[in-house]
Amino acid sequence: MKIVVPVKVVPDTAATLKVEDGRVTWGDAPLVLNPWDEFAVEAALQTVEKHGGTVAVISMGDESALEAIRKALAMGAKEAVRIDDEALAGADVGVTAQVLAAAVRKMGDVDMVFFGRQAIDGDTGLTPMYTARALGWPFVGLVSAFTEMDPAGRSFAAERSVGEAKQTLRATMPAVVTIAKEFAEPRYPSFMGIRKASRAKVPVWTLADLGLEAPAARVRWPEISMPPKREVKVEFIEGATPREIAEKLVDKLIEAKVL
Amino acid sequence: MSKIAVYVDHFGGKAAAASWEALTAAQTLAQGLGGEVVAVVLGQGVEALAQEAARRGPKAVLVADDAALADYVPDAYADTLVALTAAHDIAVWVFPTTMRGREVAGLTAAGLQVGALPDVTDLAVEDGKIVATRPVYAGKLLAKVETEPPAVVTTRVRAFPAAEAGEAAAEIISVAAQVSETAQNVQSLGFSQAAQGVSLTEASIIVSGGRGVANTNKVPGDEKEKAQKGFEMLGELARLLGGALGASRAAVDAGYISYDHQVGQTGKVVSPDLYIACGISGAIQHLAGMRTSKVIVAINTDPEAPIFKVARYGVVADLWDVVPELINVIKERGLAKNE
Amino acid sequence: MDFQLTDEHRMVQQMVRDFAQKEVAPKVKEYDRRHEPMPGVLERMGELGILGISIPVKYGGQGMDYISLGLVSEELEYVDSTLRVVMSVHMGLCALSILHWGTEEQKQKFLVPLAKGEKVGAGAFTEPGHGSDFARIQGTARREGDVYILNGEKMWISLATKADYALVTMRTDPEADPPHRGLTAFIVDLHSPGVTRGDIKGKLGVRAGSTGWIAFNNVEVPVENRIGEEGEGFKVTMSAFDRGRYTVGAGAAGLIRAALDASVAYARERRTFGQPIGQHQLIKQKIARMARDYEITRLLYLQTGWLMNQGRRFTRQASLTKWFGTEAAFRAAHEAIQIHGAYGYSDEYDVERFFRNSRGAMIYEGSSEIQTLIQADYALGYRYDKPLRKELPPYDPEEWLAEGA
Repeated sequence: MKIVVPVKVVPDTAATLKVEDGRVTWGDAPLVLNPWDEFAVEAALQTVEKHGGTVAVISMGDESALEAIRKALAMGAKEAVRIDDEALAGADVGVTAQVLAAAVRKMGDVDMVFFGRQAIDGDTGLTPMYTARALGWPFVGLVSAFTEMDPAGRSFAAERSVGEAKQTLRATMPAVVTIAKEFAEPRYPSFMGIRKASRAKVPVWTLADLGLEAPAARVRWPEISMPPKREVKVEFIEGATPREIAEKLVDKLIEAKVL
Repeated sequence: MSKIAVYVDHFGGKAAAASWEALTAAQTLAQGLGGEVVAVVLGQGVEALAQEAARRGPKAVLVADDAALADYVPDAYADTLVALTAAHDIAVWVFPTTMRGREVAGLTAAGLQVGALPDVTDLAVEDGKIVATRPVYAGKLLAKVETEPPAVVTTRVRAFPAAEAGEAAAEIISVAAQVSETAQNVQSLGFSQAAQGVSLTEASIIVSGGRGVANTNKVPGDEKEKAQKGFEMLGELARLLGGALGASRAAVDAGYISYDHQVGQTGKVVSPDLYIACGISGAIQHLAGMRTSKVIVAINTDPEAPIFKVARYGVVADLWDVVPELINVIKERGLAKNE
Repeated sequence: MDFQLTDEHRMVQQMVRDFAQKEVAPKVKEYDRRHEPMPGVLERMGELGILGISIPVKYGGQGMDYISLGLVSEELEYVDSTLRVVMSVHMGLCALSILHWGTEEQKQKFLVPLAKGEKVGAGAFTEPGHGSDFARIQGTARREGDVYILNGEKMWISLATKADYALVTMRTDPEADPPHRGLTAFIVDLHSPGVTRGDIKGKLGVRAGSTGWIAFNNVEVPVENRIGEEGEGFKVTMSAFDRGRYTVGAGAAGLIRAALDASVAYARERRTFGQPIGQHQLIKQKIARMARDYEITRLLYLQTGWLMNQGRRFTRQASLTKWFGTEAAFRAAHEAIQIHGAYGYSDEYDVERFFRNSRGAMIYEGSSEIQTLIQADYALGYRYDKPLRKELPPYDPEEWLAEGA
């Protein structure tokens, strides 16, 4: 089997974020492999360990993307490609998906694409769906387990969450899936893996290599800001009876949009 | 005239309440862009849902009631919506950001090759552009995003008021399902019960108890037994709200509840939308674990308790009086996530 | 001069940090309170290859360099000293001594299982009556045919009841003058008949670990287990201490960093007199000193690791790192408690554990006083390093990564 895992580099979750000149900064906090992508890499590794094959990672970004790529290689991915092109500045989800789809096609013989649920910076969670449609492949989201996996027969079945319930979907390969964290705890990189990863030469593909013209972004992010600081002054809820208090409190909470 | 279409998310015969919030957002877009709001319902045997949608204010309800859509399959649903877009001149799709809503929204936007503004907390139209705000970096920052129609928008749950149900019922129009070959290669093999319970660190609502939980004459038994009953009651409130149960260090140390529930600097650090602290004084190490919660409610008999310094809403009363009433009110108003 | 850590180093550091945070940090306080070692931790460290990190691949290790050993020590001690103690004795005292002085047969027999984490190693040198004056130890090893008979008692041995093998130094020549010439080192299988061991409870710190005594009662040790020549035991032991001190010093950097991180978090949160206490000058002073001492200790241990990589003698630097780092760690933990006020005095916060843990490091692996004398004598020219008969192998990536015997 050949499973491709697109990965992204993001600021560490513990980083203190600030907005300076309209741009997000995180001081000298490190950039790391997007935590959700780790689950996708782990799921891919477990799947090829069971059914044979290899895991390849792709990442769209500048050299900082190597941080994410190396972690995935250290965990056990065998191949990696980085996609970088000046024309990709300001790319939105649609553009990213076109690029990832073109890279998957260029790699060839890909059976499945495993995505993490979302990137913790943009939090859109849309890239996997757009990529599936760009490839024309079926999409199965938030997979917590594969109940069937038949690479020779070109099909698989997966258990996934749809909110109120779990659903099992069967689909043909090739397909795009996103992996939920219930799938498995990501493994630590082995020391052997760390060594291989740090020595790996990761090829870079440009838009020209992918045979793509710079696609136009449709969504723009004109501004980013810190949420307003709320000065908290407690409002005491009073009532003649506990029932009255409860009613008033619930009203307030609905108004505050938390209930 | 172009339409703003609202996807009505539903499961097990029940509409997701967030769908009516999406309807409200759609009305805002219709006002700004010009156009009519229609609701869209997909599935099989969904007449009742369509009728409910019809009373929530759209101009019309498009219903694709078809065996091909009997089971929820995101690709099939998205294909149908894509087909409807051209056929009915739909300029913007609005989805509630439920798990299903997000999936179908993404596939639909991708199928239409338009931009999507996901999980927005507010929405406006400026110079023919759709402009929205959405949380990014796990909610630590806010981003303003914009795109031109045609486009897809998904509304964050509880960010918009729900469109009210009225007397007037809109026209219900039958439309065709459309399932591409790709979607035909996906079948639903069935549904099963989802695992119950949500983890402290992921819960968007936490009900938490402290030392004060054991301090009561309303139930019999020794201190531990009282505390156990108390935490059961708080746990019930948490469960009803689809949230998690937390505790202060004092409660854990006193043996009232296990360490997994401890919230605080030396327990778990949490940041839910709603944190209800019952019988918790608000010592600094507890505050360090929950003070970034969006809304903090404190219930404590001591008006001087430090917790009131960080609470948005305070109730100076016995939690044993107030919590049972909260449970009643929530059940009666249909706010419970889990019955 | 390149002060950058390589990608490899950074990834090793991150991996060990993640392991310690995820699998040890949540429960360490509980076991510390109970004075009990945490179950399963040694096994996990073995499984993950941490116990063989700086041993060549062909001897069952992970083939990482000595700087990696230091980084691992820092990350482990950040969570709790007991984790780093494992590295100090298993790797620093035992495994690396076999790599340094062992014959090829000894490496195959003992080093390989140690590096793979299949066996755990320790170092047994200190006796109830002899710590700093190690040269005068009393335990004996008498040659009889093709075995040595060991008698004596060793005390304050980390992993005494957990280890499978120990590097043990005994007196083979009671008449030797000066006495240090009469010592010989052995690898002893601690499951041998005549070996009894027990735990020492009631220590001030390092409570989630295992410290004990080992008694040797006519224990037969084959001649093949002798490490180095007869009479070389003192040199073997001193070289073991060099490596132990390196890991202790690197670990101290981790403890300082832990005290610093805890103090910074608290100082930003806690408010007095209308502002976070981080704004008060006397608190700033404490924080500044911790930050300074972390940088210094870190640079010292990285330099020491670099010398080891180069195959150069590092006795002076290891001693300096250990001396400076452990004293700085104690000060850092002490001030961290002060910053936390009354909360620091309770075990709700971790700083009191750092304090208790840090106190031991100034005593073991060569007390601060011993290190002081060592440094003085180097500076005064009364002490200089003569080449040893054998040196610790330098780090050679090609050699260390080569597979097979």
